Amino acid sequence: MKFFDYFRTKTDSRKSDSARVAKGRLQIIVAHERSQSRKLDYLPELQQEILKVVRRYVDVDEKSIKIDVGQEGNCEVLELNVILPESSVA
Amino acid sequence: MGKVIVVTSGKGGVGKTTSSAALATGLAQHGFSVAVVDFDVGLRNLDLVMGCERRVVFDFVNVINREATLHQALIRDKRVDNLYILPASQTRDKDALTFEGVAEVIEDLRERFDYVVCDSPAGIERGAQMAMYFADEAVVVTNPEVSSVRDSDRVLGLLASKTRRAEQEDEPVREHLLLARYDTLRVEQGEMLSMDDVVEILAIPLLGVIPESSAVLQASNSGIPVILDQECDAGQAYSDAVGRLLGEELPHRFLQSRKKGFFARLLGG
Repeated sequence: MKFFDYFRTKTDSRKSDSARVAKGRLQIIVAHERSQSRKLDYLPELQQEILKVVRRYVDVDEKSIKIDVGQEGNCEVLELNVILPESSVA
Repeated sequence: MGKVIVVTSGKGGVGKTTSSAALATGLAQHGFSVAVVDFDVGLRNLDLVMGCERRVVFDFVNVINREATLHQALIRDKRVDNLYILPASQTRDKDALTFEGVAEVIEDLRERFDYVVCDSPAGIERGAQMAMYFADEAVVVTNPEVSSVRDSDRVLGLLASKTRRAEQEDEPVREHLLLARYDTLRVEQGEMLSMDDVVEILAIPLLGVIPESSAVLQASNSGIPVILDQECDAGQAYSDAVGRLLGEELPHRFLQSRKKGFFARLLGG
């Protein structure tokens, strides 16, 4: 058996490619998590401070402010959405 | 003023304590005075790996609480000159290490020793953050395996933001990758991430590659830092890593499996 194994591994030298799969998966998740952790650092605090400023003028609740950092080409874009309550507009 | 080196990883069981013991011992072999500190409160193990578990009288928390002096708590290694161990406390109180207390002890050690090696607990909680906070350099121990590599990347993020050097906008902590439990045969068969793969993903300088070796378990079984076993490849690889830590340029060894000869393969040996 071993005798034939020797020639078989010689000819088709079948290698596993699970290491290659692991590397691909890691590159994706690590890149994703790096961008996440950069965001998470200051965003919650920024959101709280903006909320405070907005509240000086309008009575909004916490959920009506959405803040996000996105990527557009080479630029990072800070996206801020404030939903004003209906009464304040009227 | 001595240098503080944290040995950290995020994931548990990758070889932090083994590496702390080996690197500290290696630095002392070069003639430096070294203190190796166990930060794993409640799960003390550095003493076992260093073989001084029966000589522990006082510990890190005793020093912080002023129940003992640093001098009383430090255990002198019997094999290598100028090597001392500060054991962790076995208390179950997670908050036993106070920030001010740790700061004071580390500064004290920094004044007395050339190197202070901090053996971090696993995880990224308080204990691990405390171990890395005062570091000048960090040795990130990683296994060539997906969960270990991902956790190491998380730890690198913390080193860049949650350390004293980061907070004071000082020069950043110098990072080193120590790749442990490396199985060259499995790498060659495509079953294990290679050294190049891991270096590419984590993108920090490589301090060393420690081959998978039965000698590591045998060394910890008998409480001898594996670096003292220069017969085995793991011990030699740790010695190389210490040399690189001190600025020597050394080629990486043990990256190729010993190829079996024709007859050995033919006979399935």
